[in-house]
Amino acid sequence: MNATVVTLFLIIVIATLVITYYAAKKTQTTGDFYTAGGGLKGWQNGLAIAGDYLSAASFLGIAGAIALYGFDGFFYSIGFLIAYLVVMFLVAEPLRNLGKYTLADMINARFDAKKVRGIAALSTITIVIFYMIAQLVGAGALIQLLFDIDYWIAVLIVGVMMTIYVLFGGMTATSWVQIIKAVLLMIGTVIIAFMVLAKFNFNILGMFSEMKTVTSHGADYLNPGLKYNVPLDTISLMLALVLGTAGLPHILMRFFTVRNAKTARSSVVTATWVVGIFYVLTIFLGFGAAAFVGEELITAANPAGNMAAPLLAEALGGNFLMSFVSAVAFATILAVVAGLVLSGASAFAHDIYGQIIKKGKATDKQQMLAARYASLGVSVFSIIFALFAQTMNVAFLVSLAFCVAASANLPVILYTIYWKRFNTAGAITAMLFGLVSALVLVSISPNVFSPIEGAAIFVGEPIFPLTNPALISVPLGFLGGYIGTMLSKEVDLNHYAEVQVKANTGYRE
Amino acid sequence: MSVESDFKKEEFSKGKPDFIAVSESKAFKNLIAKRKKFILPLTVFFLVFYFMLPILTSYSTILNTPVIGDISWAWIFAFCQFIMTWVFCTVYVKKSASFDRQSDEIVENQLGGRHE
Repeated sequence: MNATVVTLFLIIVIATLVITYYAAKKTQTTGDFYTAGGGLKGWQNGLAIAGDYLSAASFLGIAGAIALYGFDGFFYSIGFLIAYLVVMFLVAEPLRNLGKYTLADMINARFDAKKVRGIAALSTITIVIFYMIAQLVGAGALIQLLFDIDYWIAVLIVGVMMTIYVLFGGMTATSWVQIIKAVLLMIGTVIIAFMVLAKFNFNILGMFSEMKTVTSHGADYLNPGLKYNVPLDTISLMLALVLGTAGLPHILMRFFTVRNAKTARSSVVTATWVVGIFYVLTIFLGFGAAAFVGEELITAANPAGNMAAPLLAEALGGNFLMSFVSAVAFATILAVVAGLVLSGASAFAHDIYGQIIKKGKATDKQQMLAARYASLGVSVFSIIFALFAQTMNVAFLVSLAFCVAASANLPVILYTIYWKRFNTAGAITAMLFGLVSALVLVSISPNVFSPIEGAAIFVGEPIFPLTNPALISVPLGFLGGYIGTMLSKEVDLNHYAEVQVKANTGYRE
Repeated sequence: MSVESDFKKEEFSKGKPDFIAVSESKAFKNLIAKRKKFILPLTVFFLVFYFMLPILTSYSTILNTPVIGDISWAWIFAFCQFIMTWVFCTVYVKKSASFDRQSDEIVENQLGGRHE
């Protein structure tokens, strides 16, 4: 560890704590806590959404994947980006118009049943916990590499920081940490991409030609198929990526932080531009790392390629740029886990405690207290889990989170907004079918069972062949909703009229 | 403007507005129809376009043919998806402005003007 890294690291820690201090003063009510009082501007929320999205997995993971596997690494970028069209066209505005703090609020706008809310909260919590443990374990490993400190200290630092942001500063602090990090990340990425281009004499065609010779894959480096060579698995992964985003609780929650549907819309536009430009630049990051760092060094530092971007920064800009990129990666992890804590806490405190146990009659003070306890609980639980999961292969947890989001949340969201006949029974079966099938299929997939020792959690033949079960579990979520609806006689046109009018006009009582 | 003539604004102060009446009004039906006509074809298009990439790369090698220098169709295809995302986003925002006007009118004329 050197002085530059320590200094930049401390600047980030201090800056985010200052933000939290000011945010804490503005966090007086439950609305402030969960949604920053709905007062974020479109561009601010857009940057925060982009920030939520540009997790360490996309920044470090995609750059590494492109460096090691060429075109196949780019698949992730495409899936993540197109997902915004699903969010924009189908989900963002109705969600903003119908919900208050959580996904369950939005579904409950149509079906006022405790069971529906409970299951929606359950699927949110499932996604948050899986996603969070993956982020924390990844963060621990990464910080260990970047700053050369022990894994458990790394996890504790990240864990304590995220708890402080959320506990005191709520959504305001979380959003601003996210906004600042998104800006820093973009600056870092643009600088590195520019330096890579300069190395190739600003000749993009020349860069592609050169890439055919610098890696061990030869000309195949530029062609699809190096990493994803099982057709159905590739398609299944792409399905989870494109539909999962519109069901991720920490992304959905962001739409409640703005004033109205129009602002929600403009925030998606900002996010789409920022994320899109970032993903285009990941090509330069990946190619640059492959050309100027080299596969051997990248895989020696981390077999999955996570260190490609920091190593490239070092190769191009020396110690300072490397330290800057490491500090940004650290900020990225902090911001994303804070957002996750908040969405997990909202499911516990708002849905389960506030609405189910207290039947919506808790005072604002009680709700605030519950929200803070829940945040603390979610944080502590994930930290403890992450401390024990160090050696576990956590890659499957992220794919599982996306898969549950796409299979359990998206069908019920779409049915609630767009299907007249949909009813309470259907809402319950849609979520349960999606949730259970995703969980069961992943637990018998190659991510969990592998004949090669150490490649997965258990040694054995996988019963289900696909690494990502979205191709089966998403249709099952939709089918579950259909069957449940048809088996129940309940038809409530009054409620649907209300939901339809509110979703389309933004009218509120 | 088709305003339900028997609609009295006083009704809103007592409890819920008549959402069925609003949802069956000409203005609202018109809004829904226009939205659907806009959103559905574009959604189908971008999903089909999106899945064509992994399907083509998985089951064929035609996208491996170089187009510009050593840049193959696969990269061009991927890049087109980026362009598509930005274009669709912009088109959506432009189009939504007209939907906003329609929905504002509905809220004002039929729901007593309360609007976020």
